[in-house]
Amino acid sequence: MGALGHFIEREGIPTAQISLIREQTAAIKPPRALWVPFMLGRPFGAPNAPDFQRKVLRALLALFTQPSGPVLEDFPEDAPADADGETTFACPVSFAQPDTGSDDPAAAMRREITQLAPWYELARKRRGRTTVGVSGLTMQQAADYAASYAGDSPAPVYDAGFSAGIALKRACDDLKAYYYEAVAAQPGNLSPRAIERWFWFETATGRMFLAIQQACLRSEDKSLQPLAKLSLVPRAIVHALKEKQHAAA
Amino acid sequence: MARLSELPEWERHHHLDKISALPDYGVTPYVGGPPLNKRRVAIVTTAGLHMRDDRAFQMGSADYRVIPGDAPTGDVVMSHISVNYDRSGFQEDINVVFPIDRLRELETEGVIGSVSAFHYSFMGASQGHTLETKARELAGLMRKDGVTAVLLTPV
Repeated sequence: MGALGHFIEREGIPTAQISLIREQTAAIKPPRALWVPFMLGRPFGAPNAPDFQRKVLRALLALFTQPSGPVLEDFPEDAPADADGETTFACPVSFAQPDTGSDDPAAAMRREITQLAPWYELARKRRGRTTVGVSGLTMQQAADYAASYAGDSPAPVYDAGFSAGIALKRACDDLKAYYYEAVAAQPGNLSPRAIERWFWFETATGRMFLAIQQACLRSEDKSLQPLAKLSLVPRAIVHALKEKQHAAA
Repeated sequence: MARLSELPEWERHHHLDKISALPDYGVTPYVGGPPLNKRRVAIVTTAGLHMRDDRAFQMGSADYRVIPGDAPTGDVVMSHISVNYDRSGFQEDINVVFPIDRLRELETEGVIGSVSAFHYSFMGASQGHTLETKARELAGLMRKDGVTAVLLTPV
């Protein structure tokens, strides 16, 4: 982020940036930066908090009035408390028991997707938008496509412009967005952290993603290994799983 | 939450370890401009945003996508390669990442002069120095649009 400030300002256009990791910004020394103490992914603090977002935006714009730089200021407020993601994990979401007794993980994914459909549609109507749709696949197609990568016969890439790794990443991103948007519409007002833990530890799709990660690490397709190492399972979940294993040992 | 002192040790080290690998960008440029209420403002984000029917970002992408100023926010999606940040906020309200509605409000209130006709997105997982060519290209385009203030927003 800070590099862009150097490059664009050198071309004569003033810049001001939000900083999420103060120490990194201090090292890069961009022309103007406002450090904010918000969780990664939320540079303007909290969703549906227009007054707070406006306050952050005004503070950022105010940096343009500083006569000289580089400027690195601290935003003085934390984001609204209900959005800090640190609430205790208490997830009321549950799926109906499997109706077939099948232990087929892909079938369990499809069943979850069906069960979440009314909540996803509700979220879409309430928000007037959805972030699902980067792969172009339906959810059932995305589930089948992703699940094939946990086995020995991965499906052919569905978009000629994508590597296998990117195609799988897009399918997984869509699935995760679908789950996140759906569960956020259910009762419980879950924190970001609770949603994340629900997805990874309580859903068949979360378990499938972990299986896909292991299969991709073994794959000879070089586009799948970076996905498995960096872009499928969050670091926080990797560490939580290690702690669980350590506790169980 | 993004105070390093409040992060788990492994996460803190992850962010601190990056600092030693950062390039030296030299002397910080610093240019002035008109009063805020005369400025034309554009957003350049590294959140990996793009229009739904636009090309998704790939690993190491160093190019940008255009987000028209009048684009319906419902058509803006995210294909950032990283999974290590919260996306639920963006899913709920685009303005927590891309504050386009807030910017339009400040334009209406006369706090800023105007909102640019175009905004832009990179994908922030790319190495900073790889963005230079496209960033300079963008600066030329923004100059044509009369932009006098760029808000750089990460994710």
